[in-house]
Amino acid sequence: MGESSALAGKTLAAQRPACITVRDLTMAFGSFVVMRDLNFTVGRGDIFIIMGGSGCGKSTLLRHMIGLIEPAAGEICYGDFNFTKAEPKERERMLRRFGVLYQAGALWGSMTLAENVGLPLEEFTDLSPKEIRQIAVLKLALVGLKGFEDFYPSQISGGMQKRAGLARAMALDPEILFCDEPSSGLDPLSSHLLDNLIRDLRDNLGATVVVVSHDLASIFAIGNNSIFLDAESRTMIARGDPKELLAHCSDPRVHRFLTRDEDERRTA
Amino acid sequence: MLVLSGDWHLKRGFASAAAVEHELAQSPASRRIAFETGALGEWDSSLVAFVTEVIELCHARDVAVDPSGLPSGLKRLVELAEAVPDNKDAHSASSGTSLAERVGAATIAYVESIAGFLAFLGAVTIALGRFFAGRARYRRVDLMVAIQDCGANAFGIVTLISFLVGTILAFMGAVQLEQFGASIFVADLVGIGMSRDMGAMMTAIIMAGRTGAAFAAQLGTMKVTQEIDALTTMGISPMEFLVLPRVIALILMMPLLCFYSDLMGVLGGSVVGSGMLGLSFTTYFRETLHAVTLTDVLGGVFKSSVYGVIIAISGCLRGFQCGNNSSAVGDAATSAVVTGIVFIVVACGAFALVFNILGI
Repeated sequence: MGESSALAGKTLAAQRPACITVRDLTMAFGSFVVMRDLNFTVGRGDIFIIMGGSGCGKSTLLRHMIGLIEPAAGEICYGDFNFTKAEPKERERMLRRFGVLYQAGALWGSMTLAENVGLPLEEFTDLSPKEIRQIAVLKLALVGLKGFEDFYPSQISGGMQKRAGLARAMALDPEILFCDEPSSGLDPLSSHLLDNLIRDLRDNLGATVVVVSHDLASIFAIGNNSIFLDAESRTMIARGDPKELLAHCSDPRVHRFLTRDEDERRTA
Repeated sequence: MLVLSGDWHLKRGFASAAAVEHELAQSPASRRIAFETGALGEWDSSLVAFVTEVIELCHARDVAVDPSGLPSGLKRLVELAEAVPDNKDAHSASSGTSLAERVGAATIAYVESIAGFLAFLGAVTIALGRFFAGRARYRRVDLMVAIQDCGANAFGIVTLISFLVGTILAFMGAVQLEQFGASIFVADLVGIGMSRDMGAMMTAIIMAGRTGAAFAAQLGTMKVTQEIDALTTMGISPMEFLVLPRVIALILMMPLLCFYSDLMGVLGGSVVGSGMLGLSFTTYFRETLHAVTLTDVLGGVFKSSVYGVIIAISGCLRGFQCGNNSSAVGDAATSAVVTGIVFIVVACGAFALVFNILGI
């Protein structure tokens, strides 16, 4: 394979215990193949970036990893747990160790922010309503939404919805946090704050984070491991630390993406 | 040499490249085309569209294009439009297919939709089982809101429609029965008609349009905004959390609304009876009580419960099947109402048959 040089990039993941292992994953809708032969591991405590151009299947990969879409072939394992082959009951138990931040927040419109954050606690813990409220308020304060506990999602801005979505994803102190384009639709400052928040979470809670992103600033700021999906060849063409990919990756497609094609423009 | 001159504005339409094509066909020997734009005035996208069309024509005829005569801004835009090669895959996806292929695809889709319906029905049944076993996960508030929405909030419209249906039935009966001097039997007609069928039927149709569509739109929107995904990945069953409260609310509220509708229909009939036929209210109601049996009323109320299940399931099913964009939400609501009403009428026919055989 021509991309061997890119795939051989030194990664931190190699030194950490594997937390997520994806083997020979093929994603398809009917006969239309989105991506094939995806192989990668995410180490514990990594901030793992799934990057690539628009429409190449980044979010689809994320949806496969959290079980919303069944793979056409291949499997996804969390530690020793084979997620793809697991029984629904066991899979549900695994899901409780995940937190997911959706693209537009996906807050439940009929509930206030505190209720949104409190729902998972209500369902899966034996806490009293008062304690649940206390934790919901704390989580919202962590994302800078103190005082907005009793607002409905429709009453706050898109950026705030996204942060509230993160607070909800963190409600059960997840081991793995999945974020679908956390910085899209946010101004650079809010996006920076969100990046810091994600990094703090990783550092303080020891969570592993998987981020779908095409925002370069955020990719370089938080990522320590990544894969690069290419729409044309329908597979991954590079993996490793994004900063190292920028410095050493010889694949022109990866390089153009990571430099916004600016090198060539300048020489052209 | 192609000379471009004057102002080019989208509002005034723009020249077709047909003239250029004609010119090219006239002189098959020409190997190169250049542009002269000395007299060109103001221009916008119309000129860009024209020039790209000309360039495509030239490519097709293997004629070289020399863009050096074009203004630099225009040249840049044309380059941009030509930069990405035509995506052949994108065209094929939307192009027409043969009739046989479409019929086949529609049949497969239909069979799959039946499988989807049965799976959904099974999931609802399991969820109901868990509810009665007290193990279902849902919020009591949601159930109360749903009950309020399809109970109390529907009172006004049910009152109006049922009252009117009662008067219509009475009118129709009165015209015929008066000829035989049997106008008092209008009370029997309205009473039995409303309690056996019309009350349940009208309530069901109102609720299908009102609540069924609302369920489909609510769930469809939640699907579009990934709220349903958020529930699933949190390990909370959307079936129990979203569908169950709605189904239960309708099963509980439909009989009440139906009974209320029966009463309103009789009231409507009595207004016609007293106004048009000169019957006193006392006579009318006594005749109604005499004619209508408890079996009639209970039969109607039972039917309405079944209609409630149909409305709730078609609404929720269509909401869950909704595609991922806002126009799909509208389609889901429409199709929820259509599915609901079709199945209500079918069920009504089946009930008529079964009740007849059982002699109820």
